[in-house]
Amino acid sequence: MMFKIAIKNLLGAGLRTWLNVFVTAISFFMIIFISAMYDGMREHAMQVSIDTEIAGGAYWHPEYDPMDPMTFEDAHSVLPDAVMALVDQKKAVSVLVSQASIYPNGRIMPVIMKGISSEQTIVNMPTQMLVVDDETTIPVMIGTGMAKDAKLKVGDSFTIRWLDADRTYDADEGTIVHIMETENFKLDLNHIWVPLAKAQSMLAMENEATYVTFAKDVLPSEGNGTWIHRDIHYLVRDMEAMIEADEPNAAIMYIILLALAAMGIFNAQVLSIFRRGKEIGTLMALGMARSRVVGLFTLEGGLNAVLAAIMTVILFGPILWYFNTYGIYMGIDYSEGQMGLIIAKRLIPVYSVGLVLTTTFVVSIIVLIVSYMPSRRIAKMRPTDALRGKTAV
Amino acid sequence: MSDSFVVQIHNLVKKFPVGGDFFTALKNINLELNHAEFTGLIGPSGSGKTTLLNIIGGLDSPSGGNVNVLGSDLGSTSHAERAELRRTKMGFIFQSYNLLPVYSVFENVELPLILNKIETNERKRLVEQAVGSVGLLDKIDSRPAQLSGGECQRTAIARAIVHKPALILADEPTANLDSENSHQIMKIMGRLNNEMDTSFVFATHDEKIMGYLRRIVHLDDGQIAKDELIENPQFGEQS
Repeated sequence: MMFKIAIKNLLGAGLRTWLNVFVTAISFFMIIFISAMYDGMREHAMQVSIDTEIAGGAYWHPEYDPMDPMTFEDAHSVLPDAVMALVDQKKAVSVLVSQASIYPNGRIMPVIMKGISSEQTIVNMPTQMLVVDDETTIPVMIGTGMAKDAKLKVGDSFTIRWLDADRTYDADEGTIVHIMETENFKLDLNHIWVPLAKAQSMLAMENEATYVTFAKDVLPSEGNGTWIHRDIHYLVRDMEAMIEADEPNAAIMYIILLALAAMGIFNAQVLSIFRRGKEIGTLMALGMARSRVVGLFTLEGGLNAVLAAIMTVILFGPILWYFNTYGIYMGIDYSEGQMGLIIAKRLIPVYSVGLVLTTTFVVSIIVLIVSYMPSRRIAKMRPTDALRGKTAV
Repeated sequence: MSDSFVVQIHNLVKKFPVGGDFFTALKNINLELNHAEFTGLIGPSGSGKTTLLNIIGGLDSPSGGNVNVLGSDLGSTSHAERAELRRTKMGFIFQSYNLLPVYSVFENVELPLILNKIETNERKRLVEQAVGSVGLLDKIDSRPAQLSGGECQRTAIARAIVHKPALILADEPTANLDSENSHQIMKIMGRLNNEMDTSFVFATHDEKIMGYLRRIVHLDDGQIAKDELIENPQFGEQS
């Protein structure tokens, strides 16, 4: 019975109902969309790292510490047999790391020089661009951020200076052969990429490498010697820690969005219910008990939330789908404002089941509460006052 | 309470708080209304007629005295019990109709039956009967905004009688109507009073409808000034 009356009231109220439903639907949309953007940003950062840098994991030279450039000098050796076998099978790619200095346009810039096989397909980098016919200079690939910092473009030449395995400084001319677009600033900023064989030759480290990144489907093997196996969880731990540290911020943002939504819904519902004081008085005069009046208006609030969820799907579903498919262009240049996190140039929101269900549940509860409170207040009035249309404030 | 009385009131007092003091709206009212009476509570504005009607209807509670309506002592009943009494045994007609604007005539009239949990087919039959008895079958699907004042009040009457209550309370039912509609409304209510054996109590100061009443209780300054039975109402048996 209550359900029938509530449905009749909702559908019969026409524009008033649809305005309330629209406000609630916008709240659903905004909370889901903004939270999904936030989740998308974090997931994207993780995905880009794995795609361009981590792949399935790595074997590190025991001296190698990527956070300490001073270790690079000693972090190199011939690959252990098992690891070498992976490289030979093209299931892994070797990288030789060393410190270097470049002198673009008469300035000195300390850089990390990494030698990588130009034929590799393990990580998503355009290393094939390092293959050139002219062997008179060192072919160098850099990222767009580095190019901007160093004011370099394709074809520019500059001096590279490095310390080789014999502790001797050497220098030669490098030429930019490609500027790569990458969302992973860790491959870009202060990095120069050269062909692995060239790097081994320059550093007098024939057949040596600092670390080996292997493909996603490769299982850890025996015979790694002293090289250390680093699985994917180890390699993303920094990012996971960063995301975990960011959880309170995400929660605060979610709460702020909910509070904004709650205020909008509260205004719409309270205004709607207080305007119906006379109707509530009439229902009481016709013999509806106070508790049932409160129940009726709370139920109407609940149905409002259900309609809002449906409206969100119909009205905003295509928008959510569009952004989920094509992403949103962010226009952020990380090379100018280092944010400590990989920021996608085109961000894809992630609508997790948890996010959608939690938002639907929480917004529905808010709607129920803001429907219950004012109707309870009006139902507590004397029926004669309610009949006269007095408000319960 | 005697079976012939639908309302018995003894020493009723009603006070309203005004600022730090009280305003006494009803002073020692004693009144008995018989079964199937067609009674008017008459008096100027502020005389207490609407307050008395609201107390009889259980919409307001007395400050003192006893009020017994249809066998229930309103002084000792809860909100829920008074709501049930109104739902099952009373009908209300208001000056401004109080129709629910989003409902059609059918749905407005159906509402008391829904509240009384009457089965769907029976509801339809009773609604059509009630709407037919006030001559509005051709407007049964209209909304209040599409009706004239007289049609709205006829809808309100149909809503008040649809569940065949023992007592119908009407607060200034003709105050918003022109003369012709007022007479029509009173004729309809008079006819229903005869046909349904239902008691009607009006609170009014509308001179036009006095001639239909068979009992007039004059109120003045919260007290009963005169209680008169009309042997031959001016408009006969409201036919």
